[in-house]
Amino acid sequence: MELDFTTVLSRWPMLRDGALLTLELALIATTIGFAIGVACAVGRRGSVRWIAAACGFYVEAVRNTPFLVQIFLVYFGLSSLGLSLPAFTVALVALSINVGAYATEIMRAGFDAIPRGQIEAGECLGLSRLQVYWHVILLPAVERVYPSLTSQFVLLMLASSVTSQISTEELTAAANFIQSDTYRAFETYIVVAVFYVALSLLMRAGFWALGGAVFPRRRRLGTVI
Amino acid sequence: MTDPVVRLHEVHKSFGALKVLDGVSFDVHRGEVAALIGRSGSGKSTALRCIDRLERIDSGMITVCGHDVADPALKLRALRLDVGIVFQSYNLFPHLTVMQNIMLAPRSVKGLGRAEAVDLARGVLAKVGLADKADAYPEQLSGGQQQRAAIARSLAMQPKVMLFDEVTSALDPELTGEVLRVIEDLAAGGMTMIMVTHEMGFARHIASQVLFMHRGRVWEAGPPAIMSDPATPELRQFVGSELRR
Repeated sequence: MELDFTTVLSRWPMLRDGALLTLELALIATTIGFAIGVACAVGRRGSVRWIAAACGFYVEAVRNTPFLVQIFLVYFGLSSLGLSLPAFTVALVALSINVGAYATEIMRAGFDAIPRGQIEAGECLGLSRLQVYWHVILLPAVERVYPSLTSQFVLLMLASSVTSQISTEELTAAANFIQSDTYRAFETYIVVAVFYVALSLLMRAGFWALGGAVFPRRRRLGTVI
Repeated sequence: MTDPVVRLHEVHKSFGALKVLDGVSFDVHRGEVAALIGRSGSGKSTALRCIDRLERIDSGMITVCGHDVADPALKLRALRLDVGIVFQSYNLFPHLTVMQNIMLAPRSVKGLGRAEAVDLARGVLAKVGLADKADAYPEQLSGGQQQRAAIARSLAMQPKVMLFDEVTSALDPELTGEVLRVIEDLAAGGMTMIMVTHEMGFARHIASQVLFMHRGRVWEAGPPAIMSDPATPELRQFVGSELRR
């Protein structure tokens, strides 16, 4: 067997653009998904029954269906509502919905790990329920589950390859195009795999730096909260 | 005589089948220090927690600084602006420095500006002898220092009454001493206080009123002298066992 990477690498601009789009999808969906996760975890833990039930339904619906099916549901669902959105937007919506459900479960575990006394202390100081969440619970909860949360976001970036199915022009779609054009399938996917590894490492490094900025206590003391 | 700052009248409270408070009544007036003593499980901590509405009562009446605590429509924030509480386990916020712990409520509840809140925090930290620990995180402090920081955090809200729930139970004798000195200073400053404590010597020394709880009732109440000359066998036995400890 002879490997020839030159043909594949000559399509460098396409690979680069695909990788950038993958990263863009991942970062935006991470942000939206995190917001969804926090909101639904709060909703699930709250005392309003129908909100808790709705959040629970959402989480279970997403966790028990394949991501590809979710993408098609969003894709055909939106178009049957008469919304013809660009593939990028559809992919973003599907990814956000997907990662939001996993983030909900992770954040719920983080919130549950906060000792009851912390919440009581906040309430006794006169803080409202939302202020307790915001000032007392959120940051220590995120800090506790930060490794799981960030792994989930890296997984999301990898899962975005599935959105090539609705012709989002991300990294895997670029690979599909290049291999059908060059007939160098194996080489193409080796190169693309290396790209994904690089993107993963980049994201992990980014989360590590972000953690330093967001958790000053840990940065200073280096201890687990 | 003016109205009491805290009044409990015939307070009943059960956790499931367990009757924890069985008709508790007492008054605490302005500037008084009331010590709640008694065995574990006698209902002291629950009584204290009911005062700050951390537990709801089943029947009876609690008024605190004019607030009807049993009223379902009670404005919790208004009650908690008047009441400060310190817990056995400190409950400092681990992700915030001592200074940030203290400034949080004055800023977000009372809407104080940063500069004002900093001044306020420095003032209460000086009061509890922790001026040099403002920028430390709770885990960098000893238990006694953490508890003093927690007291400072409550004081920063300028409450009218302070509740102490076994605040020295997790501390060794030396650290207990430094926390008790802070409480003593507060008493000398005229703060109205209710403390659940196992420190009999301290209760005797600082309390203006001792409330001995037994089986969910105030079994015996009076000046600290009742601890030397108990009227009931239950208090006599309790004081005796505490002395032998």
